[in-house]
Amino acid sequence: MLWNTILISLRAIKRNAMRSFLTMLGIVIGVGAVITMVTIGGGATIQVQEQIASMGSNLLMVSPGKRLGPGQSSDSVPFKQNDAEAIAAVVSSIDAVAPVSSRSVQAVSGNQNWSTQVTGSDNQYFRITNRSIVSGRKFSESELNSGSAVCVIGETVRKKLFGGQEIIGEKIRLEKISCDVIGLLEEKGQSTMGTDQDDIVIIPLRAFQRRIAGKLDVGMIQVSVQSGASTDKAKKDIEQLMRERRHLSSSDDDNFSVMDMKEISKMLTGTTQLLTALLSAVAAVSLLVGGIGIMNIMLVSVTERTREIGIRLAIGALEREVLMQFLVEAVVLSSLGGIIGIVLALCASIWLAAIMKVPFVFNGLIVCVSFLFSALVGVIFGYFPALKAARLDPIEALRHE
Amino acid sequence: MKITDKTMNEKISEEHLIVFREVKKVYGEGYSLIEALRGINLDIDKGEFVAIMGPSGSGKSTCMNILGCLDTPTAGTYMFKGIEVGRLLRNQLALLRRHYQGFVFQGYNLLNRTTALENIELPLIYRGIPVHKRRELAMEALEMVGLKGWESHTPGELSGGQQQRVAIARAIVTEPEVLLADEPTGNLDSERSVEIMELLLSLNSNRGITIIMITHEQDMADYAKRIIRFRDGMVASDEQSRGKE
Repeated sequence: MLWNTILISLRAIKRNAMRSFLTMLGIVIGVGAVITMVTIGGGATIQVQEQIASMGSNLLMVSPGKRLGPGQSSDSVPFKQNDAEAIAAVVSSIDAVAPVSSRSVQAVSGNQNWSTQVTGSDNQYFRITNRSIVSGRKFSESELNSGSAVCVIGETVRKKLFGGQEIIGEKIRLEKISCDVIGLLEEKGQSTMGTDQDDIVIIPLRAFQRRIAGKLDVGMIQVSVQSGASTDKAKKDIEQLMRERRHLSSSDDDNFSVMDMKEISKMLTGTTQLLTALLSAVAAVSLLVGGIGIMNIMLVSVTERTREIGIRLAIGALEREVLMQFLVEAVVLSSLGGIIGIVLALCASIWLAAIMKVPFVFNGLIVCVSFLFSALVGVIFGYFPALKAARLDPIEALRHE
Repeated sequence: MKITDKTMNEKISEEHLIVFREVKKVYGEGYSLIEALRGINLDIDKGEFVAIMGPSGSGKSTCMNILGCLDTPTAGTYMFKGIEVGRLLRNQLALLRRHYQGFVFQGYNLLNRTTALENIELPLIYRGIPVHKRRELAMEALEMVGLKGWESHTPGELSGGQQQRVAIARAIVTEPEVLLADEPTGNLDSERSVEIMELLLSLNSNRGITIIMITHEQDMADYAKRIIRFRDGMVASDEQSRGKE
């Protein structure tokens, strides 16, 4: 009987193919948008997590001021290189420590120029950030100590300044200094924050301090903890050490911060997830609108088919059979919309994931939930028109033109 | 068999298929009150072929709707197969229609854009008859009304006479006890009308289906074996007819 009813409703839908499609559109867009948002959002979250994992989960960032990021308080006392040395010497279970300073600088080579990020650090930096040299070499000990004008560059800088050419031994001018290019970094792509990680020039910290910054400050200190060791303990030890070195009394707040990757990861994925949830909620509103559209069309359909309903009732159809017929029709309509929405959403997600360069992650749960929800929309918004049809007086209905 | 006012107090017999006792039907209220039926008494037996005649507004269609369990009397008793119809609920009325009655509506009332065969199958669907059996019965009914070969045509592709025959096939496919026909030849030319009447007559005599039919035309009424005339919501005359053989 139910199967029969489904066939009857499919026939009714086919009879009004255009109208049925337009009715479904609301559900199609609603389901499609929700699934696309959730899928892309999920992909972005996973990408963030992967990138953070690739940076090393055992990374700690020590920076002056209360928090990482813009708006550092003015009273934040900058670090010096010996702070980094102290961490390496005092705190146990440390794998590597790198003092890092950077600034945006115009890099020039021949008639090409390109604004890039110049970072002053040492060889530990490569270890901490998980970056390797694909051609050329790292800094030598003497280059680091004397602050020689040598640099390791990223792929983007190579493309912008040299095209596809071999670059080892070439020269780049960074403000007043002319550097020899000694190495090329392995390509890494975009970072979590959307910055190009290959748009970078690394020079010895001493060279950066003397010739670019003009002072001996260190922007921040990156620390990697030995794998297996507790980052929490290392973090506490560093905080303890820094408080001592900065002569903070027990009543003073920290004027620096030590962040671990778990915190950064939580912060970033939290943002992505919140954004996904918001966008999905907006998309879900369209499901509601789609449901109202279905109710509207079902009401029209009931009026239009009053005669048919009259015939069915007169022939001996029970109220609940007519109710069922129209309810099933609404549910079939909305579920069909849901299915089309799911298919479109999956296509759109794969396509968008490709252009946005986030991984495509199939989320079976949201697909199921969306489908059930679209069917539910059919039940809720189809019930009233179906009831109206079932309650018709057969004589009146037969007379209806 | 014949009912006059004198017989109204007779005990309602369960032998009669249909019994009307002082059936009244009133529409509206106050000044707009219309008395469509003003006390109808009728007995109709199994196997009869009855024609109901009368000018428009005489209450014959209202009577037909009550006979067909589409409507219930305002007052009085309507017994169908010994069941008092006036006391039944909407769904029970539907079940009576489904199992015992076939109704041929004025103006065919077929489902548009649905094939002749599917139209005929419709009452069988509600009887819960499985699909292959349904097809078989519908084809039989279709053949009986002489429309073999037209099963996949929709009403739009059929002539008026053919549509009426589909409507009759739909009404008889369930092998009902009563076939109620509201002006079955109303929209047809005389040649088609004769065909339809011959069909009804054969259903009555060969299958023993009780037929009650409304008609305006004496020619058509002459096919019936009994003619009941309505006037102003009352039975004006009720007489046997020779019928056409």
